[in-house]
Amino acid sequence: MYSTRRALIGAALLTVALSGCSGSNTQEDPSASAAEDSQDADISPTISVTDAWIKAADEGMTGGFGTITNPGDDVMLTGVSTPAATTTELHETVTNADGTMTMQEKEGGFEIAEGGTLTLEPGGDHLMLIGLTEPLLPGDEVTFTFTFADGQTVEATADVKDYSGANESYDPESDE
Amino acid sequence: MTEEASNSEASPPPDSRGSRASRRQFLIGGAVAGAGAAAAFGLNAALGSSGTPSPSPSPTEAAAGTAVVGSQVSPFFGPHQAGVATPAQAHAVFIALDLREEVDREGLRRMMRILSDDAARLTQGEAALADSEPEMADPPANLTVTFGFGPGFVSRAGGTSPDWLGPLPPFAIDDLRPEMCDGDLLVQIGCDDPTTMAHAQRMLLKDARSFTTVRWVQPGFRYAAGSVPAGTTMRNLFGQVDGTVNPAPGTPEFDRVVWATQGWLAGGTGVVVRRIAMNLDTWDEVDRVGREASVGRTLATGAPLTGTLEHDEPDFAATTALGFPVIPDFSHMRRARGVDEAGGGQEIFRRGYNYDAVPGSEAVSESGLIFVSYQADVTAQFVPIQQRLADLDLLNTWTTPIGSAVFAIPPGASEGGYVGETLLET
Repeated sequence: MYSTRRALIGAALLTVALSGCSGSNTQEDPSASAAEDSQDADISPTISVTDAWIKAADEGMTGGFGTITNPGDDVMLTGVSTPAATTTELHETVTNADGTMTMQEKEGGFEIAEGGTLTLEPGGDHLMLIGLTEPLLPGDEVTFTFTFADGQTVEATADVKDYSGANESYDPESDE
Repeated sequence: MTEEASNSEASPPPDSRGSRASRRQFLIGGAVAGAGAAAAFGLNAALGSSGTPSPSPSPTEAAAGTAVVGSQVSPFFGPHQAGVATPAQAHAVFIALDLREEVDREGLRRMMRILSDDAARLTQGEAALADSEPEMADPPANLTVTFGFGPGFVSRAGGTSPDWLGPLPPFAIDDLRPEMCDGDLLVQIGCDDPTTMAHAQRMLLKDARSFTTVRWVQPGFRYAAGSVPAGTTMRNLFGQVDGTVNPAPGTPEFDRVVWATQGWLAGGTGVVVRRIAMNLDTWDEVDRVGREASVGRTLATGAPLTGTLEHDEPDFAATTALGFPVIPDFSHMRRARGVDEAGGGQEIFRRGYNYDAVPGSEAVSESGLIFVSYQADVTAQFVPIQQRLADLDLLNTWTTPIGSAVFAIPPGASEGGYVGETLLET
């Protein structure tokens, strides 16, 4: 019941499109395709991005969040891009020896196992938007392109939200 | 969502969700199943209580661990917004917001998209996007969120307001406080659980704050969910049965009275929200005969003074042995209906709430009624009634309108859409 509701709402808010490399992709309802046998050569299950959102910011950097569900074979998320920022990085949050938390770029990207889910959330793995091209106002819609190691790309739309958390700052020069 | 669905969900092995289920059993058992279910008996035994199991628990009772009220969900999407025809929940809060200076039509669109998405998720028991307390979306408990537009909102959107949208004409009985009047955007939240409602309120106001400031907030209550049979008319804090004559949702009469049919408001309605202070101290000085005469109904059942049952049709022509009307000329019911003058017979749909605020200075109570009525045309339907009551109504002796606001409630959204798009996308 929980996941059905989420899928319905996700479908309403997000436009998810797949431009794959296998040539015979069929646009699939994510919840339906999740139940399909991923070995079926005729159907390439669709990676879906749901509940995507970005923390509102006037300039500089901000975080992006959401849920990526992979009904198919293991994939590696290697990159993300959006017209809203000059650079978008995949970040993880790690605990230092002294107990403090640091966020850093995830080397090589995030692996999402067959049937697995990658949750991007404040305080955990997330997207880092660097060099905002214009202010991101609450209620704005921002498109993203997620790129995977096998060459497929998934597009998604995220809502910009007024959010007070996710204040982790990131300075690539001083994260040693 | 449905009882059936949640029943199947709520029968986990005792070790997984045992403590949660037990707590719900404890809270709900008395109201619903009379502690008849085997599981509840186990709890009673554990507590050392003297609860006696009934001999043959029904399937419903066997699921006493189910959150009967909490699991109920009101649909968000549809031709009409929820929260009007929806059976009145135990709790409600009415919030009026003022638009910030810089918010333009595009800003309104962004705001209503976000607020609608929050409402669509929260009402279904799902966390909102960027919800800092996602667990608090559960239980949904019939949560509804209803949005209304004041004249300032409509003009900012570049739209045309219905003739009736704006402050009501002044009435002699009014003692209005500006801080309890008007507003650009109404957010009406109703829920059978006050914790869920508080979270929804917080979430919606967080998402509204970059567009609006809070003008007024009015929380109200009725009987708790499950404490009286469904459909029981509420009592106000004067002890009166309040709201007996009301069109029934789902009937042609209700549709005719409530739903607008023109322009961007088609499928929507108009709401009047008036804060009516009730002076319990002077009301205390009135005996039962006087109290019943002031309204024209009995205190015991709400029956008209000429009848025996609450819904009996009043006989306004009936007279006492001395020749006086049994339902006095000055009574609230008689005046509201306008039976003694031409032009009566207006209809509105009432869905009010009691309030009981923190008293100031020497007072021991500050109580009243959040009068709420929905009608397709406020000027044609509500104003004549209010004018008659302002002209003569014995109840005015103890009541004072201190807040007043009118909003246009736009139609509901379809899935993928948002509330207000009939105004903001044209």
